[in-house]
Amino acid sequence: MSFSRFSDGGLIDRTRSVRFSFDGRAFEGFEGDTLASALLANGVTLMGRSFKYHRPRGLLSGGASEPNALVTIGDGPTREPNLRASMVTLRDGLVAESQNRWPSLGFDVGAVNSALSPFLGAGFYYKTFMWPAGLWETLYEPLIRKAAGLGRASHAPDPQDYEKRWTHCDVLVIGSGPAGLMAALAASRAGARVVLCDENSGFGGRLLRDRVEIGGSDGPGFVASAIAELAGNPKVRLLSNTTVFGAYDSGVFGAVERRDGAGSGPAQRIWRIAAKRAVLAAGAEERPLVFGGNDRPGVMTASAMRGLANAAAIRPGNHVAVFATGPSGHETARDLLARGLAVTLVDARADVPAPDLAASEGARVLKGHVVADATGGKAVSGIEAIDRATGKRETIKVDALAMAGGWNPVVHLACHRGDRPVWDAQSGMFLPPAPRDGLAAAGSAAGILDLAGCLASGAEAGAQAATDLGFRPRKADAPAVREACGGSTGFMTLWHVAEARGKAFVDFQNDVTVKDLGLAVREGYGHVELAKRYTTTGMATDQGKLSNVTAIGILAENRGVTPDRVGTTTFRPFYTPVSIGALAGEHRGAHYRPVRRSPLHHWAERHGAVFIEAGAWMRASHFPREGEPTWKEACDRETLAVRSGVGISDASTLGKIDLSGPDAARFLDLVYTSKMSTLAVGKARYGLMLREDGLVMDDGTVSRLGDDHYLITTTTAAAGEAMAHMEFCAQALWPELDVRLTSVTDQWAQITVAGPASRDVLARIVDADLGEEAMPFMAARAVRLHSGLAARLFRISFSGELAFELAVPARQGEAVADAILEAGQPFGITPYGLEALNVLRIEKGFITHAEIDGRTTPGDLGLGKMVSAKKDDFIGRAMLGREGLQRADRLQLVGLRPVNPAHRILAGGHLLEPDAAPTMANDQGHVTSACWSPHLRSTIALAMLRRGRDRHGEILTVWDPLRGVETRAIVGDPVLLSSGDAGKARPARDYPPVTPAAPRAADWLDGLTVDADGRVRLALLPEAPVYLVSGPTGKDAAVRKTAQAGDGAIRPVQPGQALAVGQAGESLTDLQQRLGAAAELSLCDLSDARVRFALTGPEAAGIIATQSGIDLEGAFATSGASAPTLFGHVPVQLTRTGQDSFEILAFSTYARDLAESLARSIRLLS
Amino acid sequence: MASLITCPHCGTRPKEEFTIRGDASPVRPQLGAAFAAWDAYVHLRDNVRGPMKEHWQHSGGCRRWLVVERDTFSHAVHAVTDAAEFARGQAGGPGPAAKPARPARAAKAATAAKGRGQA
Repeated sequence: MSFSRFSDGGLIDRTRSVRFSFDGRAFEGFEGDTLASALLANGVTLMGRSFKYHRPRGLLSGGASEPNALVTIGDGPTREPNLRASMVTLRDGLVAESQNRWPSLGFDVGAVNSALSPFLGAGFYYKTFMWPAGLWETLYEPLIRKAAGLGRASHAPDPQDYEKRWTHCDVLVIGSGPAGLMAALAASRAGARVVLCDENSGFGGRLLRDRVEIGGSDGPGFVASAIAELAGNPKVRLLSNTTVFGAYDSGVFGAVERRDGAGSGPAQRIWRIAAKRAVLAAGAEERPLVFGGNDRPGVMTASAMRGLANAAAIRPGNHVAVFATGPSGHETARDLLARGLAVTLVDARADVPAPDLAASEGARVLKGHVVADATGGKAVSGIEAIDRATGKRETIKVDALAMAGGWNPVVHLACHRGDRPVWDAQSGMFLPPAPRDGLAAAGSAAGILDLAGCLASGAEAGAQAATDLGFRPRKADAPAVREACGGSTGFMTLWHVAEARGKAFVDFQNDVTVKDLGLAVREGYGHVELAKRYTTTGMATDQGKLSNVTAIGILAENRGVTPDRVGTTTFRPFYTPVSIGALAGEHRGAHYRPVRRSPLHHWAERHGAVFIEAGAWMRASHFPREGEPTWKEACDRETLAVRSGVGISDASTLGKIDLSGPDAARFLDLVYTSKMSTLAVGKARYGLMLREDGLVMDDGTVSRLGDDHYLITTTTAAAGEAMAHMEFCAQALWPELDVRLTSVTDQWAQITVAGPASRDVLARIVDADLGEEAMPFMAARAVRLHSGLAARLFRISFSGELAFELAVPARQGEAVADAILEAGQPFGITPYGLEALNVLRIEKGFITHAEIDGRTTPGDLGLGKMVSAKKDDFIGRAMLGREGLQRADRLQLVGLRPVNPAHRILAGGHLLEPDAAPTMANDQGHVTSACWSPHLRSTIALAMLRRGRDRHGEILTVWDPLRGVETRAIVGDPVLLSSGDAGKARPARDYPPVTPAAPRAADWLDGLTVDADGRVRLALLPEAPVYLVSGPTGKDAAVRKTAQAGDGAIRPVQPGQALAVGQAGESLTDLQQRLGAAAELSLCDLSDARVRFALTGPEAAGIIATQSGIDLEGAFATSGASAPTLFGHVPVQLTRTGQDSFEILAFSTYARDLAESLARSIRLLS
Repeated sequence: MASLITCPHCGTRPKEEFTIRGDASPVRPQLGAAFAAWDAYVHLRDNVRGPMKEHWQHSGGCRRWLVVERDTFSHAVHAVTDAAEFARGQAGGPGPAAKPARPARAAKAATAAKGRGQA
């Protein structure tokens, strides 16, 4: 008689049948089943094959620790391997497959390993596959990996959605059994914010599986009323199907919520739970007993068999044997006897306590007996029992065997922070360490095994957590209980049955036997960490949840010490496996990191740009035209156009920092190598910033816009680093300086117009004298366009040509760029991208971070004159004087041209004397940048060469072993193209002015304005002027008050900085007048640097929790609260405008990415 | 996975909002200080096991530089202060043009460096 279903009882819904398949066969189960219980109800006990010996295996523990019944769920791209059948909730259409068998689960060729087992003992791999070493990676490893194994993942991209959310609480309760429920009730009744997690689909833990009586109700009844109370409390969050997998620093816990078959929304959700206190009520695992054939299908833990019988009405045959060392076996016997089954109880204890015997009355009890072997094939069919007093063997035919070997508290999460569990010799259990960081264990996780004790311990832990946080819990009486065996809990420790003849498994998942552990000790691997690695006990997906304690016990026995002397291995997250997809959340594929788009992104897109990722930015690489097969043709055309006529490109990605305050000039002298304080208003200067060790950090320009007002530009690549560095200097090094730094990168669309005709083109746009006298090289002016638009014009060149950079507010950028294109039409204006920009600068020997690579000094780059000898101090000055940084034989910047122009030079190649062997000793330097120059009709390169400035004219070898290229090249000046090579400017003619059109409305939000059934809505707020008001940190109150005059809200950024937002449609000047800022405060226009979103509706807070770790309940609970935070990886200013409404001020270059991200989260709700 | 830092200006936030720089105790020497003092300031760091003061920036929030006092072993955060406040307290507020203040720690490190020769 095999497993089947009782005709009544259980918590399943027999009116709702659920169809599923296992290994291609169709089955039916009921709603409320797990895959495991449904298979057993259909008589399927064989569910998998073991890892090494391919032995037939069935369900063993029936919970999160299940080592045997591992299955693959789903097919195609959503296929997920190694799931425990006991944790898979049955749903219609579920497709399950067994693993590690071929050709079928019933007939598995790999089972021959079992016959070969004398040769496959512990350390088999280490001893066998030793030589020849050449075969390790080519033959042995692939073979072993193929033979050993678990399920295989799908190799197709996962189409499912995943989500991550933050939640904050006072008390996190892990596990909803008797202790967890009482803890959650006690803490929530005291007024605490509570999160209750359970890894199963239903709350209640053992209360759903054991026949008990609490307060006059049965287990499920008690659970239902407790959950109803908790669900009715708005301060409680109930998370079922949610495994807390890790305990991290500062009371942050990671949990994964599985939403299989939810129909909509994310497939899985990662919760990051910030908890002030935590109650670990994870329960205990029943310890399997170790005897011959203890792995046969039909052998399972007593609590698993009892739970299946009570909750899923699983009938384990007609005659069941129970092998017990404690009361759990008697409780199982009681429940099966009540169902009319015959039970033989083999109890290892000679003296069985009376309450235990009373519970199992009606069973045949063999006291002082052990089960030496379980017999059978693909299912257990009998046992060999031995009377330990006489040694007499008895063979008994049975349909199933339950084993009750005592309990192992689930202490994992209490040990994730580095503590070890403590051995308690009295009870024979490893107990959790002392409470730490607010996490305390309760109930059977704390080694309390009786129901009354669990209820009391949970209530106490919940109340204590609430008390710690200043709540005042009421004293509540624990409900009266009636339980099996009168609450007796003690069990006898029996690590293994020495009389066993067959294979006695300790670790089921890795096929580790008693013999293997003995061998490990004999061969000197008796230390628990060594034994683990030598025998593989405690590895693989279950990480030894069932086996570790037994393995420690057996090692202790073999070594003749107590288990505490053996100790445990380290407990680390994850408690159970978590899929990579869940951990990645939405940050994958194109959304791996946020995309930053220039204000001219759409303009470039319209003109056919091909984009390239450059840091966070998408930048236009080139603008291909018809008949240009590769980027190179486009690049050549664009390069030639700039030098012979005029080109237009986007410089908006350069870092732009607004600097103001009375000490601004002094500050610049401290962070730049040259004396910036002498710069005249209206002028710009090229500057170098050093690191404190004297090496170059970044280069860029400084423009003086007013006496105490500067604009700093940095490279695109180092913009973030340079900003953080200057903030460090201002705040941490010289806090006494009154300077205010604001990133205005997002505020301005910066358009480069370069080439001999650039002045003629811009004259049609800008209403100002652009002549040599009025607008000389390095001039920086506030100007107006013919349209009246206020703008900034810089005469700066990164191409070596006559060039201007025109900065206009970001929203105007596209229209102005179009107007420039129109104005440039008669001059053949050509948009150019990053590739042409690179060629133009290499031709002229201008440096980028290919040359500023963290190893170069100003002198190395030929910029030694930029280090002011007159200045007192600046960052890097002292260390730049180091002998090693001043030596004559350092690598210095040079230009290179191949001797034969048809030959290539590639960046990364090394420089050698002609005919010198390629060794480190002979290395003369390296190529930093290389390109094809269409002007010189040759490859050209920049290189760092030892004593390079003295070696112009030398011929060297460029050696590139990676690409197998060797080129002879001539060393020369880094300026490879002198101005004479360029084309001539066209004669200027009078063309009429061009006026930019009115800016177009942002159309990128189309389709991103999402409304999820009124639960949450994302919308763009009307444009309004925005100022950053800043002042000395000590004047914070004045700053906030000034900013508040905008629209009444206070949006503090940092001490001495707050954002002022005007009324919708208001002009910047009107807002400025209304703010009436005191003279000591500065205003920085950020109207175009920010985009305002409104997020409204009851689910708005939930959507914010998918983006930010800010606690919306604490200080942020009240309307008007405002703070800067991160949404994903994007900085925003978040303001609560009502109970269910928020304003999000986002950096405009990130706005589209952020809106996409929010819209995605919102769509997952519906 | 995550831990929390309480920014004195913004409140408690996940550490992902912050960027760590390193030991906050070295004080920048004045121009003209002995080379050994500069060497100590730029290069020499203790590998602390236990309480340590570090510079962190709330880069995903207010962008203030902070001094986070935390235990490098237990990861417990003991205190967080604004770096400007810390700097004023640490050096008695020397400006860039003020008299050189030779910090005890840098001096100690400088001696140690001398003892090890060019190491």
